[in-house]
Amino acid sequence: MTKIIVDGIELDVPAEYTLLQACEEAGAEIPRFCFHERLSIAGNCRMCLVEVKGGPKPVASCAWAVRDCRPGPNGEPPVISTKSPMVKKAREGVMEFLLINHPLDCPICDQGGECDLQDQAMAYGVDTSRFAENKRAVEDKYIGPLVKTQMNRCIQCTRCVRFSTEVAGVPDLGAIGRGEDMEITSYLESAMQSELQGNVIDLCPVGALTSKPYAFKARPWELSKTESIDVMDALGSAIRVDARGREVMRILPRLNEAVNEEWISDKTRFIWDGLKTQRLDKPYVRVNGQLRPASWGEAFQAVAARLKGADPKRVGFIAGDLASVEEMYALKLLAASLGVANIDGRQDGTKLHPKFGRASYLFNSTVMGIEEADAVLLVGTDPRREAPVLNARIRKRWRMAPLPVGLIGEPVDLTYDVQVLGAGAETLAGVLDGSVGFADALKNAKKPLIIVGQGALMRPDGEAILALAAKLAQAVGAVTAEWNGFSVLHTAAARVGALDLGLVPGDGSLDALAMAAPGALDVAFLLGADEIDVAPGAFVIYQGTHGDRGAHRADVILPGAAYTEKSGTYVNTEGRVQLGARASFPLGDAKEDWAILRALSDVLGQRLPFDSLPQLRAKLFADYPHMAAIDRITPADFAGLSGLANAAGTTDKAPFRRAVTDLYLTNPIARASAVMAECSALAQGGVAVAAE
Amino acid sequence: MSVRRLAAEQPESFAFTPENLAWAQGVIAKYPEGRQASAVIPLLWRAQEQHDYWISKAAIEYVGQMLGMPYIRVLEVATFYTMFNLEPVGKHFIQLCGTTPCRLRGAEDIIKVCHDRIGDQRHVTPDGQFSWLEVECLGACCNAPMVQINNDYYEDLTPESFNKLLDDLAAGRPVKKGPQNSRHTSEPEGGVTTLTDPALYDGSAVGAWRKRFEEEEAKAKAAAAEKDAAEKKAASDQAIAAEAAANPKPGKPSDDTAGRNVTDTPAHRVAEGKDAVSPADKAKAGDATKSTSDEPTSTRPKAPTLDKASSYTANPNQGDAKKPAGDEPAKG
Repeated sequence: MTKIIVDGIELDVPAEYTLLQACEEAGAEIPRFCFHERLSIAGNCRMCLVEVKGGPKPVASCAWAVRDCRPGPNGEPPVISTKSPMVKKAREGVMEFLLINHPLDCPICDQGGECDLQDQAMAYGVDTSRFAENKRAVEDKYIGPLVKTQMNRCIQCTRCVRFSTEVAGVPDLGAIGRGEDMEITSYLESAMQSELQGNVIDLCPVGALTSKPYAFKARPWELSKTESIDVMDALGSAIRVDARGREVMRILPRLNEAVNEEWISDKTRFIWDGLKTQRLDKPYVRVNGQLRPASWGEAFQAVAARLKGADPKRVGFIAGDLASVEEMYALKLLAASLGVANIDGRQDGTKLHPKFGRASYLFNSTVMGIEEADAVLLVGTDPRREAPVLNARIRKRWRMAPLPVGLIGEPVDLTYDVQVLGAGAETLAGVLDGSVGFADALKNAKKPLIIVGQGALMRPDGEAILALAAKLAQAVGAVTAEWNGFSVLHTAAARVGALDLGLVPGDGSLDALAMAAPGALDVAFLLGADEIDVAPGAFVIYQGTHGDRGAHRADVILPGAAYTEKSGTYVNTEGRVQLGARASFPLGDAKEDWAILRALSDVLGQRLPFDSLPQLRAKLFADYPHMAAIDRITPADFAGLSGLANAAGTTDKAPFRRAVTDLYLTNPIARASAVMAECSALAQGGVAVAAE
Repeated sequence: MSVRRLAAEQPESFAFTPENLAWAQGVIAKYPEGRQASAVIPLLWRAQEQHDYWISKAAIEYVGQMLGMPYIRVLEVATFYTMFNLEPVGKHFIQLCGTTPCRLRGAEDIIKVCHDRIGDQRHVTPDGQFSWLEVECLGACCNAPMVQINNDYYEDLTPESFNKLLDDLAAGRPVKKGPQNSRHTSEPEGGVTTLTDPALYDGSAVGAWRKRFEEEEAKAKAAAAEKDAAEKKAASDQAIAAEAAANPKPGKPSDDTAGRNVTDTPAHRVAEGKDAVSPADKAKAGDATKSTSDEPTSTRPKAPTLDKASSYTANPNQGDAKKPAGDEPAKG
């Protein structure tokens, strides 16, 4: 710790702190453009100048460490001033230079109202410019379907270049023609390849990079902002949903160090146009092979006619990928009241099961724990597609100090160095018995991390592979009281919640894949389950939001609420219980899903014991106390893992397949989104080119 | 420089010749593992030399692949350094220095010739022979104005000699590199004017410098001995001075204390119970007319004394009128 005096306040800070950090510690506000906490220091905008006593000129505080400051003549601590006339003049000068070439188009700029340059010009600038010459004109660049460019506005802070190179790990962007005519562009204006590229919109301190789908749609001050949770992947990123009236206008990340830091994937950010298209806004009933709009009463009667008196063994309930805990809980109670044991929340056929304890299906190391790991084995997973922000966290760890990362499964570019060890379960067994070289790396690691993906688990021998992975985790010392490195990466936001609720078939009952098999069921109830094909023959009731695969197959459609339209609890892949909030209202006649199930139960004569969401939650919390611990992880007891490790089973030789082949089209909302379709086409096209 | 872009028309592909490839491998091998990207500038340069002195998109991608760099990183380098031509250039690529010394010596006339004969900058003549570019100082200011054509400098140009140079180049005739007038390299026009003594160049000057020092030293010693015979005390001082002049000593304090009364210091005197200041110094200090230095005052240069009657400022031009009023000597 080093003593330093900032604006007369003496404080102790670590010597490696930058002056900017020290000044913020002292409560001083330092304006900045190029500096960003999560990116490398560039020091090129000069906005963060402060005065160091004894120095002839101001210094850039973002790039000047406390240890670089000389003490006073008698050993006094260095004295920093952030409010002196010199600093004021320096800031005004820098601001005047920045504005020399910045267009005065704030009234038509999408960044207006949330622009760093605008704000800081107000706070630290002067009201006039002495520059009378023409401003520089820069061609706008095409850098993909998501990010719109207005390059006249660029102040060359290079945050976007550093982000794509460092955090995203896909160096798409660069600064060409360095000098007076420096321009930010991708290589020959090709589309950016990163699945985190939308974050450059947030990083851009001016309106040079803005959201293309959101262009000219709304102003920040007319939006109602709702803090919520993302459901596009199992990470549960913290998001802010900005809505105008009933319309979701955009989605932005929120800071959550434990989960997503401040990044979100493009799917999370640009999904919102899918919330407006293909929506189910009224109930439908299939009459003579045609779906006809119906009233809620008619739809419920059609459901009741089939469900009442049906053989419970020939009825099945399947919960989909986006369902919240509340509606799955209502579904479970409804199924139980009808005596139906065919219930499953694992439509992808994953073999995870609560019988081995919570630790057997959670990302036990936690997302933050990735940064402590010193060896990683990826088993049948492609984190870059399954959870892009989590992949960025692994990359962050790899950038701190390269660590051995092994991959068993399809070789993919994960943006960091990966040793591809093999394709399937045999290689995993090889790591366990030491015949694969990577075994030593895991054994020597203090905190080995084994990430098991759904690609290894959604297959008939999934349980045996999970057992093998658990055995390996125990063998290499990944499961101890201090560190549990046995981590399962989910692909669906609803999955952990479903497993926590025990949404798995009872003994001798059918799981999701068996229910979908021909002739298995008379009546199938799909709660937002679109990624499963129920064989012809069964009467399908689909409750969901979009006219997607499930709705096409359905005989009765009950329109529900999308994740932005309801308050719901989601449990992310690490077991963190998070509460999503309602930003707008369900479309047309659509209702919140728990309420639909509650109303249906009344029609079926099996009224569920709650009349409101608080009542439902009270009962839920009573049955599952850990659901009440919002934003926290209830640590899973790892004792169950030894039971899992001892589970017998044989594995077959088939290689692991990727669970997510098309990142942008994994759920009904994404499939309804034109933006996601364009991204998907680009991504697929990119793959085709690379394979040539 | 204006905004630089890749050329509109691009060749299909690019690959190093076997010789260049072997050379490139050697360059890459200079850098440690993982730092191969450091070789980007030499490789781009060689690619430019190989490909008609300009860099194509294919060459950028070829170098990027060779070094494992994202293409945008190579493009950043290629667009930054203006010596990388991104568009085709003429067979004779003229880089014309347009910085101050060349301007003063008539670069504008040369520019005019380029304009008349070739056209605009970055424009190749239809026959593919010439293109030109105004560049910053090429470091041959003493031979201004000058141009660089491909790898050679052509200096001391006049519009006539430059036109003739271009004619010769276009016709494929051999041309003289360097100054295009009578000068030899950067020597004065019409021959050298200094350092003309042939003895400077026949080897006789080797050691002459040292010899002169030795002679002077001997002379000084002889003179000292002569004086020593005449005046004892003063002569010894002068001899020391002469010797010191002849044998310059390093400018650091000598640790030779022989001959100096080191026991007579203020500390010693106090220890002996005497006054810290020596009686001799006290006597000298007490006499205001004498300097405390042992040096006789008469040998030092006289400080200029002002002639009050003529000028107060010692500057006759200013005269008495400029005198500050307060300093007016009282009269009568």
